[in-house]
Amino acid sequence: MNIEIVTPEKTIFTGEVVLVQLPGIDGLFEILNKHAPLIAVLGKGKIKIEDKDKNILFFNINGGVVEVLKNNVLVLAE
Amino acid sequence: MSNLKEVRTRIASVKSTKQITSAMKMVAASKLRKAQNAILQLRPYVNKLQEILQSISASLESSGENIYSRQNEVNNVLLVVLTSNRGLCGAFNSNVIKVTTRQIEANYASYLKAGRLNLITIGKHASEYFKKHNYPVVERYDDIYDSLTFDNVVPIAEKVMNEYAEGKYDHVEIIYNQFKNAAVQQLLIEQYLPVKSDVDLEFGEVFIDYIFEPSKEEIVNELIPKSLKLQLFKALLDSYASEQGARMTAMHLATDNATELLKELKVSYNKARQASITNEILEIVSGAEALKG
Repeated sequence: MNIEIVTPEKTIFTGEVVLVQLPGIDGLFEILNKHAPLIAVLGKGKIKIEDKDKNILFFNINGGVVEVLKNNVLVLAE
Repeated sequence: MSNLKEVRTRIASVKSTKQITSAMKMVAASKLRKAQNAILQLRPYVNKLQEILQSISASLESSGENIYSRQNEVNNVLLVVLTSNRGLCGAFNSNVIKVTTRQIEANYASYLKAGRLNLITIGKHASEYFKKHNYPVVERYDDIYDSLTFDNVVPIAEKVMNEYAEGKYDHVEIIYNQFKNAAVQQLLIEQYLPVKSDVDLEFGEVFIDYIFEPSKEEIVNELIPKSLKLQLFKALLDSYASEQGARMTAMHLATDNATELLKELKVSYNKARQASITNEILEIVSGAEALKG
């Protein structure tokens, strides 16, 4: 699936990943391939993404929103 | 007939002024490009957030139960005025100030008299003007332009939002220049708070069956402050880009004028030079004539 992480100032990350872990305001949750459409509010925390070569990346955010639609994950981070 | 030396010094001074204005134009152009990029970067973010917010509030039956959208009787008004810190950008700043004073006179004159109108000014020009003319400026943020980042704008937005939530103000407007292109800015008076709930569903919109996490109401309550912060940030970016655009245009005109002036001065310099040469020849010839005599 595709992920795009954007802040008001720039795009931090775009690319193909297999796993995304997001800090929802009620706790961490993960999104895998072919997830159902979702809109969730994020709290302060770390976004963890894992690509198909098992490389793991972390991004710190202060909050935001995530929209999952048709295998596209869009994170509007702060 | 102006003498040679006079014209020469004028030419030199106009030349150096022209150099300065064309350098300022170049600087403004490169700053403008940066500012424009920032706006372009922000636009998809804002659009997406708006889209999400709208699709949720459209599917929400009980809309408008938010502290930021309460419609109270307007008792206290706050105007946020955005200008620039530096001058030499044409009518950019004076336009903002003019529109603000006109807006106050037209709509909020009674509030001003009763002391129920307050101003927040961003940018030295507005700050100084309104202070000098005894308008109630509660807060001024002039150094925001030193580093115009989202993180620096958030505290201002939060402060305004908190004071609105506490009931200190009932109506907040932002007055700023919206960036159209390098040559055109549009002055806008934008209602900031209360949030206007314009649920205009686009025709034929397809509802997607989203999972909402947490509930829709909570999401809306989380998103509205976010979009408010963005709105202020966007206004600031717009104003900054407009300022650079206005300065670029102004400096372009100044450079053109200087070129024009130089041309005229050159002509009068040449005329003066010619006249002095003619004079000299006349003297030599008449001198020689006298010797012959």
